[in-house]
Amino acid sequence: MNTRMILRTALVSALVLLSCTAVSGQKKNKKIDVAEALSGYFTPATAEPATPDTKGFIRRWLLLEPISKPNRSNTVFTDSYIRDAFAAEPYEGMFTTLPKDGQKVKVMVEKQAPVNLTAGRPMMPTAPAEPVFEKATLTWYALDSKLFNVKLFRFATGLDNERYGAIFEAYTVVECDEDIENVRMAVGSNSASMWWLNGEEAVILSGDRRMVMDDCMSKRLTLKKGRNIIRGSVINGPGMSDFCLRFIDEAGRPVRNIKIVCQ
Amino acid sequence: MKSRIVLIGAVALASLFASKTLSAQVGAPYIHDPSTIMECDGKYYTFGTGGGGLISEDGWNWHSGAVRPGGGAAPDAVKIGDRYLVGYSATGGGLGGGHAGRILTMWNKTLDPDSPDFEYTEAVEVASSLVDEDCDAIDVGFLLDPSTGRLFCTYGTYFGFIRQVELDPKTGYRLEGNEAIDVAIDCEASVMMYNNGWYYLLGTHGTCCDGVNSTYNIVCGRSKNPNGPFIDNVGRTMIEGGGKMVAAPEERRFGAGHFGRIVLEEGVEKASFHWEADLDLSGRSTLAIRPLLWKNDWPEVGELVQEGTYEIESVRRGYALELSVDFVRAAGGMRGFGRSADETVVVIENQKLEEVSGDWPAKTPIRISDYMNRPHQKWSFVAVPEAGGYLGGPYFKIVIEGTDRALTATADCELESAPFEGTDAQLWRVDQLTDGTYRIMPKAVPGCEEALCLVSVADSTPTLAKFNFNSDNCKWNLKHFKAL
Repeated sequence: MNTRMILRTALVSALVLLSCTAVSGQKKNKKIDVAEALSGYFTPATAEPATPDTKGFIRRWLLLEPISKPNRSNTVFTDSYIRDAFAAEPYEGMFTTLPKDGQKVKVMVEKQAPVNLTAGRPMMPTAPAEPVFEKATLTWYALDSKLFNVKLFRFATGLDNERYGAIFEAYTVVECDEDIENVRMAVGSNSASMWWLNGEEAVILSGDRRMVMDDCMSKRLTLKKGRNIIRGSVINGPGMSDFCLRFIDEAGRPVRNIKIVCQ
Repeated sequence: MKSRIVLIGAVALASLFASKTLSAQVGAPYIHDPSTIMECDGKYYTFGTGGGGLISEDGWNWHSGAVRPGGGAAPDAVKIGDRYLVGYSATGGGLGGGHAGRILTMWNKTLDPDSPDFEYTEAVEVASSLVDEDCDAIDVGFLLDPSTGRLFCTYGTYFGFIRQVELDPKTGYRLEGNEAIDVAIDCEASVMMYNNGWYYLLGTHGTCCDGVNSTYNIVCGRSKNPNGPFIDNVGRTMIEGGGKMVAAPEERRFGAGHFGRIVLEEGVEKASFHWEADLDLSGRSTLAIRPLLWKNDWPEVGELVQEGTYEIESVRRGYALELSVDFVRAAGGMRGFGRSADETVVVIENQKLEEVSGDWPAKTPIRISDYMNRPHQKWSFVAVPEAGGYLGGPYFKIVIEGTDRALTATADCELESAPFEGTDAQLWRVDQLTDGTYRIMPKAVPGCEEALCLVSVADSTPTLAKFNFNSDNCKWNLKHFKAL
């Protein structure tokens, strides 16, 4: 079996797996063909390691279905707010264990009414006086973004999940043949986000952010030989949500001699 | 009580920062007709009329001590290979006197009078004028053409023409058979420059030597040919008296004359000249060093960075350098769109330091964000006299207005704000670049021997890295000036 056949087999297998009538999100009231639902912006990740695109953007990510976190405005995303919001581990072990594609996890989420999409502009529901929490079962998906930026909004709407007022969790693994020193993690996100490399905080993007390539960068880092685990959390109130991430070297060139896997 | 103490402390700190407007070089920068500044073995030199000149170890603090024999008027200097060619003139008699002048050149291996190698060669005449000729052979200026290696020499005063001759860069002698060319009238203290394919002839117009009433000013024309004609911005040749302004008076200093150009590196250039009168220094003639800017291939002298409070705006994105602290929403809020036009107008004050700084930690990271005229975005530049300076400016501490939270270089070549302690990591060199933007450099970065500058490595992330004039990441604007 040649490489091409392996790739094709892996892709078909993944598509079949993803097409297995997943029940997604906190609503659990609708069966969705995930591969079809996300096909505009994502394809299922294959078994073959991926490489960054020509500009170094990492497109392969494990994404958890959005965690409901109602916010009627993005102006609340100060450093303190997002540090607090991201400090709470959604489920035990999430901060320390790389999830698996298709893994289901139980989390407590803040309940919110559906957005009114029939108005001229989608209207965020009025928040209750006191937050109400409920249990939800969410699923991790290993996906390759068709774009340099990972369209979290389309990930959410494709799965018929919360489109606004959500926290998105992301993981990926960067494999290096040798240590790569003095690189920076360069991130853009809509809206605020935080990113960790091998468990260490690397970048924080606070405030009402628009997604801009190379908006914020980490200090100089070393991508160590072997596996490097990147975790990110993105929070958004109203509006579209997405992110892009790459590494650049001291001369500002994208780091491309790395492999990206999700397992 | 607590906020009152904070307020009193802030006022006290602010009063400590108050100081007079930065003016000229410091020390004893008294000179007339300064030659182009030369760097030699880590020191700076300039020579003046009458012999002698000034020395500076850092480019900011100047004192007498340079040695040039021959007396006479208005010298110039140029470095060729590992030697210095110094020119001067055995003067004529001014506008009302005789005009028999001589331009002389001589070499020296060093400009340091304490060096064992310090010895001028015998001066040789390279040009002259007769008593009643349409030229007054004084005020020499050199250009070593970087594109061809040719050495041009201009000279002359208001009495007739400015003339150009060509010298042998190996000997400093006039080229065999070279004929003088008339290149301008009605100016003096001429000198040429080459930049981006253009040759420039600069001359000083106006009244010399009348102290605070001197109208001296520096103008130029340009040509693609080193021999001219040199044409100004409205199409007049300098033979017709044309000239575009390069250096004009400042608020407290008058009579800019005797231009010299110093190229430190790509994008970092300085102009040297004299003020006929500096009102802050007894109205005496003093050395001036200013940034040299280029706008549409025309030279223009910039201004010293003044002590004051600024937004530090990244050229990369147009965002502002700020403390990385929680954004605090300002008073006023959202007023809505449908309010009555008859509503009483109220003035909403800007957010104040004491409203937001209570929870700021002693040290904070630095970031870049949208400029909102907020306290954590207002940086006061305060000269630190005891820290010395550099060519054209003093070292500054850069602190958040009303505090001692100082911009600080860290050992990992990043930035933070920390209480000001006067370390080299908290002293900043600020150079206006040739395009009018600014380079901001720490005097030293702990544990790093490289010269690094403030860089916007990402839209919202500053760092310290090598300067590259061709990258907007390395450039900053200083905006919204407010005097201390």
